[in-house]
Amino acid sequence: MSKSYLSLEFIDKSFERNGVRSDVLTQVSLGVEKGEFISIIGHSGCGKSTLLNIVAGLTKATTGVVFLDGQVVDAPGPDRGVVFQNHSLLPWLTVYENVSLAVDKVFSRTKSKAERHDWVMRNLDLVQMGHAKDKRPSEVSGGMKQRVGIARALAMEPKVLLLDEPFGALDALTRAHLQDQVMQIHAELGNTVMMITHDVDEAVLLSDRIVMMTNGPAARIGEVLDVPIARPRRRIELATDPTYIRCRSAVLKFLYERHRLVEAA
Amino acid sequence: MSVTNLNIKSDAAAKPSASIVTLSRAAPPSAGFRMPGFVKTLADNVLPPIITLAFLLVAWEFLCSSPTSSLPAPSRVLEESWALIVDPFYVGQGTDQGMFWHIFASLQRVAVGYALAAIAGIALGTLIGQSDLAMRGLDPIFQVLRTVPPLAWLPLSLAAFRDGNPSAIFVIFITAVWPVIINTAVGIRNIPQDYQNVSKVLRLNGYEYFTKIMLPAAAPYIFTGLRIGIGLSWLAIVAAEMLIGGVGIGFFIWDAWNSSLISDIIVALVYVGIVGFLLDRVIALIANAVTRGNVKA
Repeated sequence: MSKSYLSLEFIDKSFERNGVRSDVLTQVSLGVEKGEFISIIGHSGCGKSTLLNIVAGLTKATTGVVFLDGQVVDAPGPDRGVVFQNHSLLPWLTVYENVSLAVDKVFSRTKSKAERHDWVMRNLDLVQMGHAKDKRPSEVSGGMKQRVGIARALAMEPKVLLLDEPFGALDALTRAHLQDQVMQIHAELGNTVMMITHDVDEAVLLSDRIVMMTNGPAARIGEVLDVPIARPRRRIELATDPTYIRCRSAVLKFLYERHRLVEAA
Repeated sequence: MSVTNLNIKSDAAAKPSASIVTLSRAAPPSAGFRMPGFVKTLADNVLPPIITLAFLLVAWEFLCSSPTSSLPAPSRVLEESWALIVDPFYVGQGTDQGMFWHIFASLQRVAVGYALAAIAGIALGTLIGQSDLAMRGLDPIFQVLRTVPPLAWLPLSLAAFRDGNPSAIFVIFITAVWPVIINTAVGIRNIPQDYQNVSKVLRLNGYEYFTKIMLPAAAPYIFTGLRIGIGLSWLAIVAAEMLIGGVGIGFFIWDAWNSSLISDIIVALVYVGIVGFLLDRVIALIANAVTRGNVKA
């Protein structure tokens, strides 16, 4: 059997606190092909962020293995660029320095100083942040911060880009703008992307496949939905596209009928 | 310095263990008449303290004007200590020096003791901020030791060093080191998980993590510790020098008291106050420059 580019195999995750075991994820298996855009959607608390952290190597799975390009993932590394939920830029560095910190570390041997500078600028231009390179994170808007976060992750030339609810903290207009930008970057560079989201429209708009998680505890993959909409996708046209509407209602049905979030008593 | 227990959970959002309180100014009232910008700023900032000072001096003059008063009035201070005031660079025999040289000698001791305290404090603070084991081992001891008054260390250090100067430096060191240790440790414990994740994804090594993440992230806390430390150092040096003798502002005050030169003591206090204020401002300026205004003090 040939393995997928990114392959999650029988991931279990449980935490133990004061001798009480709580399962977060059970038997999560998933294959992601090279260049594919995958979204993972589920109600909050279903362990989707935990899953992303396991792929990133920031959290260890209790059992199960993650393979990326044939290699076992057991520690964080620059081959999995993470865009964190709250941008996680270092406030004492400028926009440029935040990206160059990553570039200088990852390409210290393979690129010359001038090449690294060009590479930083290319990635900042890719997210249209080249103009603000000397600003500090506190001086730019939330959407701009997230764009720099994306530039930093892209600049590492990761094998897979991991987005952890990247647009969750943004207003709707900024969010739409950034979604378009991510689609454009994905079309240009053909990255493999795994995105965590709780926004149905975002998932359908961006993804090739949507992985729907059941509610925790002991969440598992409930269903995987193909989104057979041709790219490039335009959000205005999609609003009336029958495939879009079908996919959207399938996700909604899964989330709100079959796996309605049960309020914790 | 506020009392702080270092036994905080590392994920708890702990406040800096001690903070420096500065009074912020209320919004200036809208001026009824217009003045050129810099004149107005000058008038707004310089006039009120000058008026307050003048008022205090007048009150002091009035209260101490009777011939039987035990303390000299400002006019008598000027009269009696005029030589001291006008010639701070006077060089005489032994401890008979101008004010500048006394202050300079004290500052030298503070500089050495404080520099050692800053280095040791940041190093130890980093250690107990980083390692739970080190914290469990060292923190209880530090919490006890830091309550020992600075001067209580002096006899012990005199016994150990058998000399006044290193003893005074040691007292400065032991006074200033605790707030630096504690604030550094709290700062390092409070480094957000996000920054640690970033460093893990980038695979920063220990040295890179220390210089690129840990120090800048903890810098606002470290500088809070350093600012408290410099204030305490200056408090301790005067007391320590009273006991060890030699050239130094502390001994100068003690000597003046023994010679009943009360006016000289008052001049010396003015110097001590101004120098202490300047030391605090210098550390604050450095903090601002280094952390680019990120110090919330």
